[in-house]
Amino acid sequence: MIGTAIKNREAELTVFRTRALFAGFCVLLTFAVLAGRMVYLQVIKRDYYHALAEANRISVLPVVPNRGLILDRNGEVLAANYSAYTLEVMPSRVGNLDKALDELATVIDIQPRDRRRFKKLLEESKNFESLPIRTRLTDEEIARFAVNRFRFPGFDIQARLFRNYPHGEIASHAIGYIGRINDTEVKKIDSSGLAANYKGTDHMGKLGIEGSYEMELHGATGSRQVEIDAGGRPIRSLASSAPQSGNNLTLTLDIKLQKIAEQAFAEFRGGLVAIDPRNGEVLALVSKPGFDPNLFVDGIDPVNWDLLNNSPDKPLLNRILRGAYPPGSTIKPFLALAALESGKRTPAQSISDPGYFALPGVAHRWRDDREGGHGVVDMYKSIVASCDTYYYQLASETDIDKTAAFLGLLGFGEKTSIDIDGEVEGVLPSRSWKEKRFARAPADGRKWYLGDSISAGIGQGYNAFTPMQMAHAIAAIANDGVAYRPHLVRSVTDSATGNIRTVATEAPRLLPLKPENVAIIKSALVGVTRDAGGTGARVFANAGYVSGGKTGTAQVYGLKGEKYRESKVQERLRDHAWYIAFAPAEKPVIALAVLVENGGFGAAAAAPIAREVLDFFLLSKLPDPKKPKLIKDEPKDGD
Amino acid sequence: MNLKTAINRLFDALTRRLDGPLMVTLIVLAALSMTVVFSASGGQTFDRSLGQLRNFAVALVAMWIVANIPPQTLMRLAIPIYIGGLILLVGVALFGEIRNGARRWLHLGVIIQPSEIMKLGVPLLLAWYFHRKEEGLALQDYAVACLMLMIPTGLIMRQPDLGTSIMIFSSGFFVIFLAGLSWKLIVGAAVAAAAGLPFAWNMMHDYQRQRIYTLLDPTQDPLGAGYHIIQSTIAIGSGGVLGKGWLNGSQAQLDFIPERSTDFILAVFGEEFGLLGNLLLLTLYLIIIGRGLMIAVNAPTTFSRLLAGAITLTFFMYAFVNIGMVTGVLPVVGVPLPLISYGGTAILTMLVGFGILMSISTHKRLVST
Repeated sequence: MIGTAIKNREAELTVFRTRALFAGFCVLLTFAVLAGRMVYLQVIKRDYYHALAEANRISVLPVVPNRGLILDRNGEVLAANYSAYTLEVMPSRVGNLDKALDELATVIDIQPRDRRRFKKLLEESKNFESLPIRTRLTDEEIARFAVNRFRFPGFDIQARLFRNYPHGEIASHAIGYIGRINDTEVKKIDSSGLAANYKGTDHMGKLGIEGSYEMELHGATGSRQVEIDAGGRPIRSLASSAPQSGNNLTLTLDIKLQKIAEQAFAEFRGGLVAIDPRNGEVLALVSKPGFDPNLFVDGIDPVNWDLLNNSPDKPLLNRILRGAYPPGSTIKPFLALAALESGKRTPAQSISDPGYFALPGVAHRWRDDREGGHGVVDMYKSIVASCDTYYYQLASETDIDKTAAFLGLLGFGEKTSIDIDGEVEGVLPSRSWKEKRFARAPADGRKWYLGDSISAGIGQGYNAFTPMQMAHAIAAIANDGVAYRPHLVRSVTDSATGNIRTVATEAPRLLPLKPENVAIIKSALVGVTRDAGGTGARVFANAGYVSGGKTGTAQVYGLKGEKYRESKVQERLRDHAWYIAFAPAEKPVIALAVLVENGGFGAAAAAPIAREVLDFFLLSKLPDPKKPKLIKDEPKDGD
Repeated sequence: MNLKTAINRLFDALTRRLDGPLMVTLIVLAALSMTVVFSASGGQTFDRSLGQLRNFAVALVAMWIVANIPPQTLMRLAIPIYIGGLILLVGVALFGEIRNGARRWLHLGVIIQPSEIMKLGVPLLLAWYFHRKEEGLALQDYAVACLMLMIPTGLIMRQPDLGTSIMIFSSGFFVIFLAGLSWKLIVGAAVAAAAGLPFAWNMMHDYQRQRIYTLLDPTQDPLGAGYHIIQSTIAIGSGGVLGKGWLNGSQAQLDFIPERSTDFILAVFGEEFGLLGNLLLLTLYLIIIGRGLMIAVNAPTTFSRLLAGAITLTFFMYAFVNIGMVTGVLPVVGVPLPLISYGGTAILTMLVGFGILMSISTHKRLVST
């Protein structure tokens, strides 16, 4: 028994030793494998992993450049930057955003407006972006947040540059505004190879100068190499390249003149554009109503957006570039010039105006605006007194295509190529235009009728021009047929070199006009403001300078596309008032076009605005505060 | 009695039951651990290093106490410890506290993790069982042993705690293996396990499957499950031969290594101390394992042989699984790097195991049968 026990014990011990030896061998083998793995990682692949570790550690952060300033022609700042602290959040790093915002509201003042705006941003943005909740934090708010910061993971305070438009609504349509970059713009930036330069930029110019001169204003983005931790927080700076600020723009606008012009509109809708006829510099560009571009800077909230976007007054519409209106009688001097140039009329050739125009065999009578007519009317008088019958007759004798060709020469029906985007062409009617426009109508709807020509002859009918085109044309006449491209930017100051690059005035177009003909038209336009029967004479009495001008009244045909609103319908059915002008007559330095929507007669509504602008520009005379402003009187029934 | 004698006696009482080679290696590892933990906790404060010092101090006292318990006494404690551990595990399954989706903890005044007890309970019981069957082992003895192993392993796997259940299974398996389970059975079981793999795959939790996917291709999900492996291999690889230097590992210091002071501490060590540091660590582990196996081979009883062998091989298993996981050759299972990772419980369990080894190595002459 004992023998087997001992034998068993010995056998067992042998088994154990064998097994232990085997286990020890396995341990060595395993450790050899592990050591081999370490050699592989740390010797053979060391460079590869070293590169990965460096890529982990080093991050290149964009440094956003300061946006270039926008100044008026006298150096007055129209758009500037200021630095402010914003409270931002990375929505992806916050679980319950609404709850977090509620809690945050106990620490920092968050208005319903801020919330609405934030919600809108949230819908439009990608999840990993840092979005502002509150901007322009006060020092106290920053301190309060800093103390409570641990309660709000994902929220952070950032110093950001903001755009500021110190003049608010003034010149808003010319300056434009910046807003957050949207998806379409991202694609555009990507496809034009600018993605690298826009890293870190979340705003860009949207309209006006801000939009059209984005390339100049943006500047070159710099970079900063930083060591970051796994959470992406920068630990220390390693290297950096400074950003290059955007270039400053000096505009041709005179903000003081602009202000006078905007005030002159009082509550009226409409627009005014004033040009220096000697070089095409735009001195004032008014479109009323305007908007406050500051609203867009940190993201516009939905309430204000709806207000701007859905208002029947269309405050976001740049009426100077995008509003096409029938020119009314302001077209007459150009048609008269056409007749002189083509030899259809001599200055002395006159008609007898019975108060209407009739065609043989046609029952319809085209009425003059004066009952009983103007009597004997030559070309001079036709302009001074704005005689319709003269032009009915002229139009009935002139081929519309020839008229269109001549007006096209003056820039009607085509873009003036002003240096901000969004311009429309308007309508310069001709036979081919009507064919195309009514392509789907039956044959008789596409045909050009004599009646069409006669309506067009006094600036009604199909033709529709922008105030910009009107101002451009009158400036060309004022400058004796030398037409400059209108532009808003006078010079660009290179932020790197400090060099001032004057925007080269393009070679003007020399219109093939006979100087004596131009002189005849100009003298008639002067007559408008000086002669006893001149339609602008009353407004320009005792002006202290000699100006040329022409009134116009454009009929409003209907309410197409507008909502019916009882209280407004009468006012909105009224005619649009026009006035075009240049001064001083002998050597014009300013030419302008004024349009007052539903202002009634041009002489009554538009000419006084032109007078105030010219008074200020030529004589530095401020408008008389005692003089009643244009007032929108309540429409009388049956008016 | 003079002072000299008194001091000698005290010294003798303190060191009599300690094993020299193990003790020296242990102290080197403890010092290394505190050095790495300091770096892995940001290199700014001593909080964690001092915490680790306290962990070692407590565990060393426990080790000393256990080393002074004779193996026979330990053998008598095998059943109570195992049964007690089993009851607690059932308690966990019924009333356990759930954290991070796992039911591993029991609230008994203090919060305890009963699976830790089983890390020693299972090899103790199995060593006792085979010791009793010294006269000769029949097949059914292995079957009973397997049952005693699989019950706690299954309970822990259900918690779920894959890492611990693997460790406990290993500790029991090593006992059975060292006791002489026939090769035929081992190979047969391995084949059966391979055949049952698809079945096991179906039984696995999603996160466990994900870990295997991640191991096969960590780049598939670089910010999710693959992040750990990618960042730890980058850290180790970028360390090169000499390492980036203590406190200079960018992966470690900039927080790219997750769980950098616990399960993934090897990535910090490997990045800052390089291949040389890693080989030093492997060498220290080999010394411990070699010494442990020597103690086992020289142990006088079946119980002490099996127990010493299993404790030693389980220690190896910890090192292998952790290093394999951090260097990207094994899936991520929650197993600490033995004696280096920050954490009191793991060090305590480990040093109590060393206490048993020392008890076995120092009591053999007295109890030789």
